[in-house]
Amino acid sequence: MRDQITIAMPKGRIFEEAADLLRKAGFNLPEEFDDSRKLIVDAPEAGIKFFLAKPMDVPTYVEHGVADIGVAGKDVMLEDERDVYEVLDLKISECYLAVAGLPDYEPTDIAPKVASKYPKVATEYFKQQGEQVEIIQLNGSIELAPLVGLADRIVDIVSTGGTLRENGLVEMEEIVSITSRLIVNPVSYRLKDARIDDMIERLAAVIEEEGTA
Amino acid sequence: MSQPFMFEKPIGMRDTLPALYGTKRSLRERMEEKVEKWGYRPIKTPSLEFYDTIGNASAILDQQLFKLLDQEGNTLVLRPDMTAPIARVASSSLKEEPLPLRLSYHTPLFRAQQREGGRPAEFEQLGVELVGDKSASADGEVIALMAETLHAAGLKDFQIAVGHIGYVNALLKDIVGSEDRAGVLRRYLYEKNYVGYKQHVKSLPLSSIDKDRLLGLLKLRGGRAKLDDARALVNNGEAAKALEDLEELYEVLETFEVTPYLSFDLNLVMHMEYYTGIVFEGYGSKLGFPLSSGGRYDELLAKFNRPAQATGFGVRMDLLTEAIGETEENRRQTLVLFSKERRKEALADAKALRAEGQVVVLQDMTGVEDVDRLTEQFEEVRSFIGRSPKEDTRDA
Repeated sequence: MRDQITIAMPKGRIFEEAADLLRKAGFNLPEEFDDSRKLIVDAPEAGIKFFLAKPMDVPTYVEHGVADIGVAGKDVMLEDERDVYEVLDLKISECYLAVAGLPDYEPTDIAPKVASKYPKVATEYFKQQGEQVEIIQLNGSIELAPLVGLADRIVDIVSTGGTLRENGLVEMEEIVSITSRLIVNPVSYRLKDARIDDMIERLAAVIEEEGTA
Repeated sequence: MSQPFMFEKPIGMRDTLPALYGTKRSLRERMEEKVEKWGYRPIKTPSLEFYDTIGNASAILDQQLFKLLDQEGNTLVLRPDMTAPIARVASSSLKEEPLPLRLSYHTPLFRAQQREGGRPAEFEQLGVELVGDKSASADGEVIALMAETLHAAGLKDFQIAVGHIGYVNALLKDIVGSEDRAGVLRRYLYEKNYVGYKQHVKSLPLSSIDKDRLLGLLKLRGGRAKLDDARALVNNGEAAKALEDLEELYEVLETFEVTPYLSFDLNLVMHMEYYTGIVFEGYGSKLGFPLSSGGRYDELLAKFNRPAQATGFGVRMDLLTEAIGETEENRRQTLVLFSKERRKEALADAKALRAEGQVVVLQDMTGVEDVDRLTEQFEEVRSFIGRSPKEDTRDA
């Protein structure tokens, strides 16, 4: 039990990129993970087991200790404060959180509304700006909200800006830049310290190299 | 009137059913026996305390306190931790008693409105406080006793991480100068946000040597050799004192034979603000949350007008029970089933069995609807039903 490392990760692109980093760091992962519908994937040669979870849920698995390590976006870490160690910036899936709205947006005095998947981050941001707004939580397709009149503005993830443009929205302010982070459960961080420190160091070296390349 | 809530309980509240109750009691008894043998005397304090005294001193976040008003309008809190109440008692009711005081407790604590499962709002904690002893032997005793109680509870695989608040403070202050700027860095450590810590360090107007020293703090995790690494980073008055404390503690724990469970972790910064020196946490291999924690709080008692150095630990009994993972089997029970003609005989039988130490349920036949369902729960059933054989012969 003390030897195997369990890693929770979002499905899809982030998993591919993170697995790639691990391979470059010398972990013996299979070239391709065949069945994409599986939720638990084993890499016995590397002594690693992966859970594939929803991005928002990764810190939950890690905080409860069912996964030793997780790969989670900074956006999720900001929204869902969990008691886990955030040890390494993996510098993958770079993007940022921004405020956006229709081009003809004019501030109104009557209860301005902001739709977001990140109600906590949005609340905190507008509080800092000294602006009174009401937050409406949505779970996806946030761009729809200003188009149909649910909210005046949105707070959402922007990577290329393509989705905003396609829907006729413009970006107004950047809130914070986001990358994926390596997070660690506090108990695993002590009980499996040798293996985890080794993984962090090897990954850090790869990231450093890629950054300067 | 609205329907009473049958199944729901307030958020974070749990029922303890008999099987679990038995397990928890046996854990607790084994642990309390150790604590008592080390000379710690148990005390109990009220569940309700004044917000202004205990609420403020406890360093549990305000929004985690259960608050209510008494008839005079004072704000009360349900006890969120036991260290502050013991400090209060040590400085008031026990103020004539000579120091050091060794006190222990096993009590429910209340922390409100946790957002999800696995975090009860009421949980039991077992712990000790050693008040008025500033020696490294006192720190060692408390950690060794914690290890012994965890052992007695049946936890086989555990680890204790030890840090020192004084060292972290000295290092940060030595490099960044002001308390304010050290505070920012300490907050990153406390939030376990090492990425943020590293980014902040990079942004500071410092020499690269100083930046490396700040980053070096994150690597001070491991065996005794890490204390030498720590000394290389900073060795001014306060830091040297902290490292000396840790060296001495290590020696004490060697004597107690606890070092196999020990690792140093100099960036361990605890939630409780009142800690001033050595701090520690205990971890079990089967659970993702720390099971126990403690440390030195040399300034808390001064708030209650009896300045005294103190140290202590607390074990979360709910988490420990989970980490051990097995519930004990119920004790074997015997059923004595009777009808009223033979009540006297049944009573005598039950009494004799109980005197032998057996658990005996005495049940009147007419009080049960489904006798078969009842009897199948028992390993042995003794019946005293109908007329007694003796009477039969007499009648004949």
